Amino acid sequence: MEKIDQLKQLAQNSKIGRREFMSTVTAMGVTVAAASTMWSSSVQAAPKRGGRMRMGSAHGNTTDTLDPSTFNNGSIIQQGYAMRNHLSEVDNDGTLVPELAEGWEASDDASEWVFTLRKGVEFHNGKTMDANDVISTMNYHRGKDSKSAAKPLLAPVTELKADGKNKVVFKLSGGSADFPYTVSDYHLAIMPADASGKVDWQSGVGTGGYIKQKFEPGVRATYKRNPNYFKAGRAHFDEVEFLTITDVVARTNALTTGEIDAMSRCDLKTVHLLKRRKGVKVEEVTGTLHYTIPMHTDVAPFDNNHVRMALKYAVDREVLLKTILRGHGVVGNDHPISTANRYHNGDLPQRTYDLDKAKFHLKKAGVGSISVDLSAADAAFVGAVDAAVLYKEHAAKAGININVVREPSDGYWSNVWLKKPWCMVYWGGRPTEDMMFSQSLATGADWNESHFSNKRFMELLIKARAELDEDKRRVMYHEMQRIVNMDGGTVVPLFANYVFAMSDKVMHDPKMAGNWDMDGDKSLERWWFG
Amino acid sequence: MSQIAKLVAQRLALGLLTLFVISLIIFLCVEMLPGNFSEAILGQAATPETVAAFNRELGLDLPPHERYFTWLFNMVQGDFGRSLASKRELSELLGYRLENTLFLASVAAVIAIPLAVTLGVLAALYRESFYDRAINVVTLSSISFPEFFVAYILILVLAQNLGWFPAISNINDELSFWQKIYRTALPAFTLTLVCVAHMMRMTRAAIINLLASPYIEMARLKGLRPTRIILKHALPNALAPIINVVVLNMAYLVVGVVLVEVVFVYPGLGQLFVDSVRSRDIPVVQACSLIFAMTYVLLNLLADVLSIMSNPRLLHPR
Repeated sequence: MEKIDQLKQLAQNSKIGRREFMSTVTAMGVTVAAASTMWSSSVQAAPKRGGRMRMGSAHGNTTDTLDPSTFNNGSIIQQGYAMRNHLSEVDNDGTLVPELAEGWEASDDASEWVFTLRKGVEFHNGKTMDANDVISTMNYHRGKDSKSAAKPLLAPVTELKADGKNKVVFKLSGGSADFPYTVSDYHLAIMPADASGKVDWQSGVGTGGYIKQKFEPGVRATYKRNPNYFKAGRAHFDEVEFLTITDVVARTNALTTGEIDAMSRCDLKTVHLLKRRKGVKVEEVTGTLHYTIPMHTDVAPFDNNHVRMALKYAVDREVLLKTILRGHGVVGNDHPISTANRYHNGDLPQRTYDLDKAKFHLKKAGVGSISVDLSAADAAFVGAVDAAVLYKEHAAKAGININVVREPSDGYWSNVWLKKPWCMVYWGGRPTEDMMFSQSLATGADWNESHFSNKRFMELLIKARAELDEDKRRVMYHEMQRIVNMDGGTVVPLFANYVFAMSDKVMHDPKMAGNWDMDGDKSLERWWFG
Repeated sequence: MSQIAKLVAQRLALGLLTLFVISLIIFLCVEMLPGNFSEAILGQAATPETVAAFNRELGLDLPPHERYFTWLFNMVQGDFGRSLASKRELSELLGYRLENTLFLASVAAVIAIPLAVTLGVLAALYRESFYDRAINVVTLSSISFPEFFVAYILILVLAQNLGWFPAISNINDELSFWQKIYRTALPAFTLTLVCVAHMMRMTRAAIINLLASPYIEMARLKGLRPTRIILKHALPNALAPIINVVVLNMAYLVVGVVLVEVVFVYPGLGQLFVDSVRSRDIPVVQACSLIFAMTYVLLNLLADVLSIMSNPRLLHPR
């Protein structure tokens, strides 16, 4: 069988012809008919150039711009990835590979990184990409007046300089072994800059596989393939039409009637029906997307870890998974690291719905029963209010009285999140443990939603960040997950799958990325028509 | 005729005052909503520092009255300003959306108005007959369903099952006029179904009202055919109320179609308006609401002028 797989691989890469394939496979005892199907299935799997991809996205606002510093939804992120590239890329296997950089090297303490740029890469306007573009791009997000959401990511960068035309040196305030991951962030797309260091985001010119034609924010955008794209075997469509279809029923109708070729975010309530539809395939990827219910650990009664533990034991995650996600996800274990991350701690026992333990911790906390407010709105995630009500029902059995406060969806992130002591939140997740922990759990971090502060955790965070040895890092990250699981203020009930659908003419690699929706939001570059 | 000109001038002046008051109310309402543009755009990724930088860049750090009067001042000079989000000229941003909205409204009106008036006349003609009852039941049920439900039913039957029309209205300027009509068909049908009942019933009621008057009696005694009585004698006198209802429905077709736009992904003004309120993009909100208000002011004026022309007695209110 292994031999056959090898042959298929060869056929896929056009290394052997049909005759050779057939004769070899039939010689191995396979019937001619079966061999013939095998041949066509393997050849189909090889990416083919051509066609007009019509993508229907659940996201997109009329306020979207081509400025990557304000990218905030799946639609514009996908388009950003189509137009532009980054120094590094998280590929569809979840590993980090060089993109506009050829490679990188760290100093021994991982506090200085040298990125060697790929030579001869041209922007859509014919300009050759060099160190000035990279540095100007990074500075655009770093400056004092920066409004960029990536500003905190680049905060550790103390100095940025060019070493010739094709090398960029990043000096960091401390060691960071994952720094090459940081520069793959979707905000940090490399844009062309003039000699004074001013970047041009307005035109949408980048180095990416597709050239912007029309861009009507929140409605429609069209792209055509970049004939000079530097990456081999990527960006297969001749043209792309990108539509924003926020209504899920409209999106589904558009797909089933052939108005579009692929859509993001299926309706979980009806996806089992969509699966039965001829000509449509539904895909599902478990990634880093998760829901959290953070408690402010410095506010009573959440400042008592026994109360936090009682609340963690008082929710039936399996029921939430079944009702809120209709099974399209996995239960969380009260820390934000997903199985899609490199150092997920699988040895940590899964926390379950355990009324005895919840009651035990309540007793230890010195209270028989407590009453707490839980703020929720569907802005946090679809079904957040239902989830809160279910939580209330589950916890009531342990003598915990949860009062569900319905907040308005509008303005949820500015008025509720980080302000109310206990609320519903979602996180898109981060490609590395360090980013996830630094942004959501480090002492003093802007988005430390649970006001978590743990000395040992912080020690490990800084040590692990600068550690280049994989095994040592794994041990440290495992311990950190345990600390958060046992002491943290965040209930992490669920990791949600990305569920999307496409016409059966659309092909993709066997493995799809889990760092974002739609194959890491790089579907336009990675998919093709079979 | 000069009296009509005077009336138009008076009403336009009042209209301007209305627009000013509306702009003030809208501005205050958006100000009162929690959060501002920068917070809305940066969303979960907002930090106090980045929000402050963004506000500075957009001039949102100025006090509200200063921002309002700058806007008003520019507005009076004909400068609508720019969208906070895309920095695009509003005339450019809104022009395309407004064009689409007017296109859909026109297509719907071209189908709905003749249909409604014809059905209404026929209903008056065959009053209390099976036809009259049937048409009433059908139009009243279509108006009673929420419009998105009507839209979904049309999609199910005409797009999914029969495949005659596209399920979404992907309108863009690369299309020819007839292609555009074809892609606008389903939303236009939906709007037709939603607004026909109102106009149809008004036509019917206005005509039936007149049928009891002595001059109709006279015509009937003269031996005229019922069709002729209604078309020639009743309808012209019933025009004033019919025109009023028709014009109000046209205003609805322009300003009240957000749900239909969402269901058919039609890139009209309504969707832009909702998006802008959500992101607190005040210049766009202001411009949209002024356009909507203007639509009402102008159409109301049109209704009055047309009514007067159809019935000059209205020029002299008792």
